Amino acid sequence: MKNKKPNILKAFLYIFLTSYAVVTLLPFLWALSASFKPLNEILSAGLNIFPETFTFDNYVTIFTEQALFPRWLLNSVIVAVIGTALNIVFNSMAGYALARVSFPGRTAWFIIVLAVLMIPAQVTMVPNFLILKELGWLNSYQGLIVPGMVNATFIFMMRQFFVNFPKEVEEAAAIDGLSRIGTFFRIVMPMAKPAIGAMAIFVFMGFWNNFMAPLIIMTDASMYTLPVGLNAFQSDYATYWNYIMAASMVFTLPVLLLYIFFNQYFMKGLSFGAGEK
Amino acid sequence: MAKWKLSKSQLRDAGQGYLFMSPTIFTILVFLIGPILFALFLAFNNVNLLGQTSFEFVWFDNFTRMASDERALIALQNTAFYVVIVVPTQTILALVLAASLNAGMKGEKWFRVIYFIPTLTSSAVLVMIFMWMYRPDGLINTILSSVGLPTYNWMNDPSVALISIMIMNIWATAPMFMVIYLAALQGISDSLYEASELDGASAIQKFWYVTVPMLRPVTAFVVIIGVIGTFQLFDQSYMFSGGSGGPNNSTLTVVLLIYQYAFSNNQMGYAAALAVSLALIILVATFIQRKLQKEETH
Repeated sequence: MKNKKPNILKAFLYIFLTSYAVVTLLPFLWALSASFKPLNEILSAGLNIFPETFTFDNYVTIFTEQALFPRWLLNSVIVAVIGTALNIVFNSMAGYALARVSFPGRTAWFIIVLAVLMIPAQVTMVPNFLILKELGWLNSYQGLIVPGMVNATFIFMMRQFFVNFPKEVEEAAAIDGLSRIGTFFRIVMPMAKPAIGAMAIFVFMGFWNNFMAPLIIMTDASMYTLPVGLNAFQSDYATYWNYIMAASMVFTLPVLLLYIFFNQYFMKGLSFGAGEK
Repeated sequence: MAKWKLSKSQLRDAGQGYLFMSPTIFTILVFLIGPILFALFLAFNNVNLLGQTSFEFVWFDNFTRMASDERALIALQNTAFYVVIVVPTQTILALVLAASLNAGMKGEKWFRVIYFIPTLTSSAVLVMIFMWMYRPDGLINTILSSVGLPTYNWMNDPSVALISIMIMNIWATAPMFMVIYLAALQGISDSLYEASELDGASAIQKFWYVTVPMLRPVTAFVVIIGVIGTFQLFDQSYMFSGGSGGPNNSTLTVVLLIYQYAFSNNQMGYAAALAVSLALIILVATFIQRKLQKEETH
């Protein structure tokens, strides 16, 4: 149907798409190549994408001599993994209740969840800091995890998913004598895998890439997560671009692997975003 | 008159509903609704953090102070400039990329996979890579001078520092909106294009008279999300300037200013007042945008 396009237009489109692909990839390839170059080669301002002297030293150095780097990586993993796991369970539970359980106040809570979506994080930034300070949760994992253990966007997404969920499944489970809670965890959640997959990826990325919350809550360098650590690292080692680039690559790798293996979920999650309004 | 006596099954539903909602209700109350009320309270107080935290009620002082705060004005100007340039540019770029990808090209999937990579990458990593490329003798200046174009001191010249951030963020955000546009494009029926082809429409005309109008609701969504996101610019300004908003306040944004007052200057009341004002500005901007959108479609 679309094969009657004039060839000139098609050629022009290919040139445009290819150039934009180069513009997208070049910074990453440039950073990747720098992470394998010794410092003097980086600073010589050559434009060679393939290192003249190929070395793993930058990676070895950040893991062995920069004592805090492995710790930041560990902090990021702990916060992102626990935070994502809690979000999966709690957002699904809330979405399910809002879609399928007729409890008094359901509409009001649904409206509250939608309203919360509109509040910019800066409004709660200062008061949350004071609350966490009172709780003694500054410089702790729970200080980052607990305030983010549910997410209004994904409660809404799970609700939309469960609204269209076949009723017969739950009815059959009820006949088999399964309680509602049993039905939810053993039947409904496993069947919601596609929606949960999309949610898990975006929640994980949210925790993994978040800069502002850890910057405020984690003031002790040993509790930094990777984004804050990377920034501190850059301030201390401003001219050691070889180490900074190696650290950046280690930081990007987990999300990139997720993206490669779960590409379909990414696209699903985003196209959901478009239907959200 | 409501029915006060609940049947057994209604009671069970109520119990189960609130059981399922309990983590959400707890988090929303303690870390969202509570803090919002607390923020409103803080905005009318001076906060003393030394020793036992104490509050002093100061009426509207924190709000009237903004009018004479030169840095607040600069931050607002920078942020507004940033929003006005970035939102239209990233929206148009996203639309053009999506329409090009949707034109039945071979390798569409590969282009899409590649384009999306910056969107997944942490702002911290992107800032590191761009700071390095933006160095006076970095990749970008080397390329520019090799083709005879002027070079800039991207990070330390106050007249270009904010533009450097804009370029980076348009590059990083446009692909996310592109994917949203792509999903919508695939929903436009082929018959519309076929009809316009029969009328002798060129490819450009089809884009302008079929694609763009059909995508109007998605564009509204993309613009609103874009406005909300750009008003909240913080990470990149903070990292580029080492937290200062420099050089010469050129990368100072409203959120960065709020952060500085709250956590460097210990003026949490004033910071809260600024945050509440920013939320109101965002709310009004979204409202105006919706209103314009509605008028346009009538």
